[in-house]
Amino acid sequence: MRIACPHCGVRDVREFAYLGDATVTRPDPGAPDALARFIDYVYLRDNPAGAHHELWYHAAGCQAWLKVTRDTRTHDIAGVESLNERSLGGPEDGTP
Amino acid sequence: MRYSALALAWNAVTGNRNWTPAWRDAAPRESYDVLVIGGGGHGLATAYYLAKEHGIANVAVLEKSWIGSGNAGRNTTIIRSNYLMQGNIPFYEWSMRLWESLEKDLNYNAMVSQRGVLNLCHSDVQRDAFARRGNAMRLNGVDADLLDRDQVRALVPYLDFDSARFPIHGGLMQRRGGTARHDAVVWGYARGADRRGVDIVQNCEVTGIRRENGRVTGVETTRGAVGAGKVALAVAGSSSRLAAMAGLRLPIESHVLQAFVSEGIKPLVHHVVTFGAGHFYISQSDKGGLVFGGDIDGYNSYAQRGNLPTVEDVCEGGMAMMPLIGRLRIVRSWGGLMDMSMDGSPIIDRTPVQGLYLNTGWCYGGFKATPASGWCFAHLIARDEPHPVAAAYRLDRFTTGALIDERGAGAQPNLH
Repeated sequence: MRIACPHCGVRDVREFAYLGDATVTRPDPGAPDALARFIDYVYLRDNPAGAHHELWYHAAGCQAWLKVTRDTRTHDIAGVESLNERSLGGPEDGTP
Repeated sequence: MRYSALALAWNAVTGNRNWTPAWRDAAPRESYDVLVIGGGGHGLATAYYLAKEHGIANVAVLEKSWIGSGNAGRNTTIIRSNYLMQGNIPFYEWSMRLWESLEKDLNYNAMVSQRGVLNLCHSDVQRDAFARRGNAMRLNGVDADLLDRDQVRALVPYLDFDSARFPIHGGLMQRRGGTARHDAVVWGYARGADRRGVDIVQNCEVTGIRRENGRVTGVETTRGAVGAGKVALAVAGSSSRLAAMAGLRLPIESHVLQAFVSEGIKPLVHHVVTFGAGHFYISQSDKGGLVFGGDIDGYNSYAQRGNLPTVEDVCEGGMAMMPLIGRLRIVRSWGGLMDMSMDGSPIIDRTPVQGLYLNTGWCYGGFKATPASGWCFAHLIARDEPHPVAAAYRLDRFTTGALIDERGAGAQPNLH
């Protein structure tokens, strides 16, 4: 498996570290239902068989965090985008 | 047909024409008391113990392919109960005890071989940790021996004891651990369940779970709808997909684990040996091939095949522990879907949907658990209360915080 890093080009997967599902968002700790939402955030996953949005860290390269869209049935990668703090999605209430 | 030396001799002299199929190839009926989804070891064991221990024989096992085609045929066949955590030890020891009487119980040769499982340690700290684990095992009535370097060398002289980087300091031995023939386990349970009236339905994929008023009423399959009072999921790496059909999200990620077998050689590895300075474990099959594996690849996957970096990592572990392995060729490798739970321990529990039961989260350690998993799941389904040795395997432990983190790695499936 190779990942096309937007900064470094196509690189072998062993340069990257995997964090997991990129769609989960850290909840607002002040929300009234924060406990339930944190349990959801930490433990529960859609775990799809098919397109999966996931976080990879280019540890042995540019050290950028990447959001990769990969088919979990075939390992085919449909897209890679570089993340910055904004696209990681800050607090849910939209404050920067 | 009951298998015996007499039956073997009789069939041999009559040209082996009178053997009958070990189980019927059943078509699904309209409805059952219990539907077990997944015809692997865990599902078939569940059906077997439902019929044998609880008298519930109006049961069907639905398998999307042929029985044993999933992880039951993709593991490294190791059985052991050398755990540390209190929620785990009694369960895995119960499984070990069931392994010890399995063949007599099933009238089937599962080739259970208690050749011993030896975990190597490579530092004083690791030896202390092994002493602690061995003591926890002994407190629970499990056999454990802490071996020093010379004792280990007497057992496995072919290892690299004087590696500058990972010298072998000793090991923790569970002599009752060992291996079993994975296919025979599936076939034995299938035959045992079938003889007690269970329908084993192959090539029947579940495509939907029917519910009414929060209660399960049956399933939709590629061979039509089947009604059921209770539906039990034992589908390992596909757990999230099945649970989603009932509107549930699980604390599970599916990952791929690879395993390997070398060309056959004369008897060399007489135990199951695990490397303590990396993730590598090895045993020798009765055909002579060395069977070995290591880490999961570490990313979500339903592909049943992995990538080369993990192959390289496993082989590096093997070379560090046992340099002679470098002279052997790998003849086959394969991958299976691991239902990696968020704390590394399994789930045997009811679900928020009434009548829907869940057996999942075995990570890459499900094979050894097969008998106890079936035993405890059957108990839960029949009585609607958890079996005492599996009482900690609750789905809501991720809410209550009563996690069983044997590895101490946190909520990261690719670190377990």
